[in-house]
Amino acid sequence: MVTVIHPNLDQTDAKMNASDVSVFYGDKMAIDNVSIEIPTKYVTAFIGPSGCGKSTFLRTLNRMNDTIPTARVEGTITLDGDDIYRSKMDVVQLRARVGMVFQKPNPFPKSIYDNIAYGPKIHGIAQGKEELDNIVEVSLKRAGLWEEVKDRLTDSGTALSGGQQQRLCIARAIAVDPEVILMDEPCSALDPIATAKIEELIAELSGRYAIVIVTHSMQQAARVSERTAFFHLGKMVEYGRTSDIFTNPVEQRTQDYITGRYG
Amino acid sequence: MSPAILLLLAVGLGLAGWLAARARAWAFRRESSDGRLASLPTYHAWYVALWVVLPLAAFITLWSFASPYLVTQSVLATPAAAELPAFGIQRESILREAQSVASGSASAVFNPQSEAFVEPFRDALARYNLIGLLATLVIGFAGGAWAFLRLRPDFSARTRVEKIVMSLLLIASLVAILTTFGIVASLIFETIRFFGMVNPIDFLFGAHWAPDPMANPDNPDPTRYGAIPLFWGTIYIGAIIAMIVAIPLGLMSAIYLTQYADPKVRSWLKPALEILAGVPTVVYGYFAALTVAPFVRDLALSMGISNASSESALAAGLVMGVMIIPFVSSMADDSIAAVPQSMRDGSLAMGATTSETIKRVLVPAALPGIVAGIMLAISRAIGETMIVVMAASTAANLSANPLEAMTTATVQIVKLLTGEGSFDHPATLSAFAIGFVLFLVTLGLNFIALRVVKRFREAYE
Repeated sequence: MVTVIHPNLDQTDAKMNASDVSVFYGDKMAIDNVSIEIPTKYVTAFIGPSGCGKSTFLRTLNRMNDTIPTARVEGTITLDGDDIYRSKMDVVQLRARVGMVFQKPNPFPKSIYDNIAYGPKIHGIAQGKEELDNIVEVSLKRAGLWEEVKDRLTDSGTALSGGQQQRLCIARAIAVDPEVILMDEPCSALDPIATAKIEELIAELSGRYAIVIVTHSMQQAARVSERTAFFHLGKMVEYGRTSDIFTNPVEQRTQDYITGRYG
Repeated sequence: MSPAILLLLAVGLGLAGWLAARARAWAFRRESSDGRLASLPTYHAWYVALWVVLPLAAFITLWSFASPYLVTQSVLATPAAAELPAFGIQRESILREAQSVASGSASAVFNPQSEAFVEPFRDALARYNLIGLLATLVIGFAGGAWAFLRLRPDFSARTRVEKIVMSLLLIASLVAILTTFGIVASLIFETIRFFGMVNPIDFLFGAHWAPDPMANPDNPDPTRYGAIPLFWGTIYIGAIIAMIVAIPLGLMSAIYLTQYADPKVRSWLKPALEILAGVPTVVYGYFAALTVAPFVRDLALSMGISNASSESALAAGLVMGVMIIPFVSSMADDSIAAVPQSMRDGSLAMGATTSETIKRVLVPAALPGIVAGIMLAISRAIGETMIVVMAASTAANLSANPLEAMTTATVQIVKLLTGEGSFDHPATLSAFAIGFVLFLVTLGLNFIALRVVKRFREAYE
């Protein structure tokens, strides 16, 4: 079965390009031959039922699957034309360029300031305290958290509310000035108000970074993304403009999923 | 009748009560219209059984103390007792001998004077055994019957059983706490007696330790009771040399085991490491005295240090450090492994390397557990005796040279209390003062550690 790629996609620069990517956990195939372009300026949403492999595929984009000993990736994934799975690729550099936000907010048990300063420090981005202060402030402002925390930067990041923690994690990812931000169901642990704030934030960030978001909420995909890919059983079934996928799906399975008939 | 037999009887009565109550509860269940009881039949059974066994256990404990006294009293009331020496060892031994013949544990009397008491003892024993047996039966039946008669279909046996069990648990925990209080109280008492003989200032700040158990106890020489060399030796061997070995090795092995080791390697390396904790300290002592101490001396000699002694603080500290590696590593291992995977993922996704993740995220988050492990290790090392006895000598010596012989507080306590000295001699009493100071020091260390952990804790939940 071949992936349906909608033909009317406008031409944009591809930030990342995956071709014929398959992922195995031991002998089990989790991703089967997926090819996709991640556009530079857009938000791309991965949707699909649980266990369809969308999170697995997302984690191949910054090689977080390397932390699972049995995982194996075939095919090529490029970032600005460079193969990120080539043997000389520096994973540290890759992850600085391709940041990630997780399903459950996972701030470090450090102060709010140190959470943001963590990435700049390990990558040696900031020269001196002033520059670091500046990075922290800019990142928090971009994540829309500055006004809420500016008077208590020394408080522990874990003392914030769930929604604030997730925006802190986004600020933390922004602080190293990545080119791509991967978000793995960033709102699934949050209440509707916090979710709305994160969605707003994604919209604000979308011009600046390539964003890939995995979500279970079809409304969310429809609200925040320009491109949508539908995954099912480890395969990418259909990929196109979000408006097309939701109003005019080609595949029966896509139609069934977005109308809530299964999944 | 021995308490063991009475206890057996109590258990038998309890079992009978248990079975009877359960049968009764089943009968309730059959008779009742909806077949439901307020509590399960087992709880009715336990309720009655506990009411049989617990009062009996209390009675038997009391009786096992009271009955020998009552027997002796009744023997002393016989006319033959007038012949006895008024008191002292002789009187005791005559009675003791007659009693053992009467109870059948000896076959014949050696002292003819005892002969007259065998019969009275036999009578008294028989009488009190019968009384004990009857009392056991009466109490057992009374308790059981009282509980049994309270059983009703709507009787909430479960809550009562739970209450009884809860108070048993409370008593169990109080035993440990009260024992601690008892230990502290006895330490304080003896320490005060010692400080009545030797000025605390001389004891705490004197630098010469050589108590003489043979000296006149009424006029101790305070200059021989300076404890600084002991505490210095304790800290130098247990908290400095041993920790220099144990903290880095323990932490690094914990980090290797949790972060780098293949699961297969971990599955045999971790138990192997924990075997270290199971080796008796005497065996470590041999190893320190026979292998490590001569090696340290030879090494020192080959490096041109001529006065190296064959008993050295370094040898004892090194072996002690190895001994406590498992304490440090297994606590550190557990607390590093308990840091959520999401922390690790978060750091790696920021582009941190594994070692940066360990240094900046995992170890800080696991710090409370790591510090707790180190504290446990230090108190273990400070309390350790055998290795020091065998490898670091018993001679008090105030020196920073690790190659010299030194001693520790615990070793001196052993030396002073196992000697020939009488228990009210200041040399013997000084052991309690050392123990008391040691206790205060460990208490203080734990207190400081708790504060440090609270201050620097990076809570992840």
